[in-house]
Amino acid sequence: MTADHRTVLICRGTGCESSRSPAIQAALDAELQDSDVEIKFTGCHGMCQQGPIVIVEPEGTFYANVKTKDAPKIVESLLHDGEPVERLYYKDPATKEQLPTYHDIPFYAKQKRLVLHNCGRINPEEISDYVEAGGYQGLKKALFELSPEEIVDIVKQSGLRGRGGGGFSTGMKWQFCQQAKGDVKYVLCNADEGDPGAFMDRSVLEGDPHAVLEGMAIAGSAIGAKQGYIYCRAEYPLAIKRLQVAIRQAREQGYLGKGILGSDFEFDIEIFQGAGAFVCGEETALMISIEGNRGMPRVRPPYPAHSGLYGKPTLLNNVKTYANVSQIVNKGADWFAGIGTEKSKGTAVFALTGKIANSGLIEVPMGVTPREIIYDIGGGVLNGKKFKAVQTGGPSGGCLPESFMDVPVDYDSLIAAGSMMGSGGMVVLDEDTCMVDVARYFLDFTEKESCGKCVPCRLGTKQMLTILEDIVEGRGKPGDIELLEELGGGIKGGSLCGLGQTAPNPVLSTLRYFRDEYEAHIFHNKCPAKTCKHFITYHILDSCVGCQLCRKNCSAEAISGEPKGIHWIDQTKCHKCGVCFEVCPPKVFSVEKRTGDLEIHTGEGESL
Amino acid sequence: MSQEPKEIRLTIDGQEVTAREGTSVLDAAMANDIYIPHQCHHPDLKPVGACRLCGVEIDGRMVTSCTTVVQEGLDVKTNSQKIHQARKTAMELLIADHHMDCLACAAANDCALLKDSAYLGIEPEQLQRLRPSNKGLPIDTSNPFFQFDPNKCIICGICVRTCDEIVGRGTLAFIDRGFDTVIGTFGNKSFIESTCESCGECVVRCPVGALAPKRPKFAAREVQTTCVYCGVGCGIYLGVSGDKVVDVRGDRERPTNEGSLCVKGRYGFNFINHSDRLTKPLIKQNGEFVEAEWEEALELVASKFAETKGDEFAALASAKCTNEENYLIQKFTRAVMATNTVDHCARL
Repeated sequence: MTADHRTVLICRGTGCESSRSPAIQAALDAELQDSDVEIKFTGCHGMCQQGPIVIVEPEGTFYANVKTKDAPKIVESLLHDGEPVERLYYKDPATKEQLPTYHDIPFYAKQKRLVLHNCGRINPEEISDYVEAGGYQGLKKALFELSPEEIVDIVKQSGLRGRGGGGFSTGMKWQFCQQAKGDVKYVLCNADEGDPGAFMDRSVLEGDPHAVLEGMAIAGSAIGAKQGYIYCRAEYPLAIKRLQVAIRQAREQGYLGKGILGSDFEFDIEIFQGAGAFVCGEETALMISIEGNRGMPRVRPPYPAHSGLYGKPTLLNNVKTYANVSQIVNKGADWFAGIGTEKSKGTAVFALTGKIANSGLIEVPMGVTPREIIYDIGGGVLNGKKFKAVQTGGPSGGCLPESFMDVPVDYDSLIAAGSMMGSGGMVVLDEDTCMVDVARYFLDFTEKESCGKCVPCRLGTKQMLTILEDIVEGRGKPGDIELLEELGGGIKGGSLCGLGQTAPNPVLSTLRYFRDEYEAHIFHNKCPAKTCKHFITYHILDSCVGCQLCRKNCSAEAISGEPKGIHWIDQTKCHKCGVCFEVCPPKVFSVEKRTGDLEIHTGEGESL
Repeated sequence: MSQEPKEIRLTIDGQEVTAREGTSVLDAAMANDIYIPHQCHHPDLKPVGACRLCGVEIDGRMVTSCTTVVQEGLDVKTNSQKIHQARKTAMELLIADHHMDCLACAAANDCALLKDSAYLGIEPEQLQRLRPSNKGLPIDTSNPFFQFDPNKCIICGICVRTCDEIVGRGTLAFIDRGFDTVIGTFGNKSFIESTCESCGECVVRCPVGALAPKRPKFAAREVQTTCVYCGVGCGIYLGVSGDKVVDVRGDRERPTNEGSLCVKGRYGFNFINHSDRLTKPLIKQNGEFVEAEWEEALELVASKFAETKGDEFAALASAKCTNEENYLIQKFTRAVMATNTVDHCARL
């Protein structure tokens, strides 16, 4: 093999950058500058856990966890012997097998990458890369071959639904904005991705920013807008930088600005940085925030299509919606409508995380099942634990149990199951996860992020959170479950905006599918997952070999015992930090976590 | 040419009512004696639909009646079971978060929260299921005329909107997020350190006792009059107890101010009954001021004026006078006293 026509792709998404991929690139650049090997940095490959990732094309050799000191080895393989560096291959966590190329890795095999098709393939800071990959063809078509009505028709017929999570028909939204009266209209892109653990939009912005710009420009030509804004959270500095570069290059090359591509269409885009409020992802709050006010949602109607930013007709779509549009207009509605389920077309991008072997960013056709996602792509539950639930839709979503593992994932099936698609978070929970605690975690988030405007959301989420805290800390009362359901219903039905209307979902869905766990906490003083400190005790079994590891590590000095003798825990001193459980050697395995064994704490002989 | 506003016909709880185009369903209902509970709505301010108590049912959907504008043929239900339950939930949440020391509260007699709680029939057993907040936030007593108790605040935002929409001062805002949201000033400074002008417009609109005047109200009767402080001529009602003025409120019917007042008009009336107040003119005789009659005093001034014409004379007018009176002073100064040396206290 020779070094001719080889391309080295270095991932420089946020994950890989923080693992020092820029230094790897610098090292490779220095060594390979006089060779024919092309070095290119790209956006995210989705497998951030394995980063920094380096790929060598055309073979698709996939190097994982690359360090700067590995650079000489890679250079040597490229320039001299041509043999790939085997020790950097990705190791399948399930089979422990080393897989040499991108195509061999099961994580990618079942994916269908439409929105992410350029992520990890092109240099996001080079507009020519995007154009070579077929970019801006959709915009050309929209400007020279299609009327605004035809563009809207294509989007409508494609069946594309809003990728921000609501799932409203994108084409219908465009049509309302197109028909709205007004000289000045705005095209907004919602890049205020705020769900904990979700980074779908960030990866698109970092890996393929022009796709979003192109989608927005097409939208502008369809509805008659000259100005676009991208509302991106300030916590995404790399995405903002790449967008700035992309906007500058698009202006220079005539894809943005006056007289785009020689037509008489004028459209420009500015970035507006959000200041870290989750609620600014809500459309009216987002617009109010751009106007310079505190981001608080307002009552609709009037809908943004009629009166949005500065009171003008405004179109707001998610990052991934726009990234889809550029391809739909280019390849046609039928192409897109051929992917997915009857009512949910195209693909879904998920940030797969939690107790899963392969976490990362994935894209699958609508309609695949959670089982396919978790086992075929995700490689199953981490450490061989038993699956308990999958949480979708972020803090607005819900937890689905094992029985939903074979239900096709789309907008409607998730809503019917009491969860939602959301913007695409997917958290896998195993048997060690307490569902009451999960509900508490998400409610803690929404309660803090409520804007404080409307009563049910501001006070109702706090009330529910306090009850959940009481339950996990052993203060739950009979009637609390019913009260949670009543409050949850009241907040869903009574809140002003989508944040409040969906905030109770994590509680209501866990009450629906894991009610027994709530009952165990309240009525039986047990945490079945053995997670909630109040309900657990640690015990040392007779198999203890007296190695003293637990005693030495116990910060509460609750453990006693002679070397080589059986140790014991003074329950009145124990803080339940679990360090004894952690440090007990796996071969000995003599520390046991118990729940429901609470007599010790009462001290009055009364059984709880 | 302005058009006559159209009359819209709609049905509220089976009763056919008419309302002017652009009226909210809430205002239309209230104008027809159909009560809808509400906390964040105020007729002077733009609606926000935040308290969720004014929810009504239209075509099976729950909407806030304060933000819904009347439409021809609209069929509104204000009292369905669904609506009642939603209102009760919101009200119970508000009460669980409220410092309920009603007996010691300045708003006791006209508290909107208490009124709507009674209207909705909130039961103590229902409230006991909830976890009370007990925020224990400090009370801001820095302002000499009113105090702010955030533990009683229901965050309806009426004060914020009053300061923005009516006063144009923008002193107040929502601060922090979620349950920790409070009403405060820029940088969450005390009222006295903020840009607040102490006009008290927010205090009179606060539906509960969160923003309350420090001076207790105990007027026995009211006297309609005009504020003496400046030439604007705001309409006021002086609250009188015995022969003392103890309270002031703006006259909403007076086109000059439509109920609004400034800090002086609202709070600066202590001078009326003050012992230092001059009620008769004083004339200096042998180095000491001696009380005199008006006739005598005016004659003295006129005679002195006659002696000092031209640039020896200067006039300094007061902002307490009307525009017309100030005009007359400058005219008198120029035409009669033959000098242009005329000035006004508002310029200082």
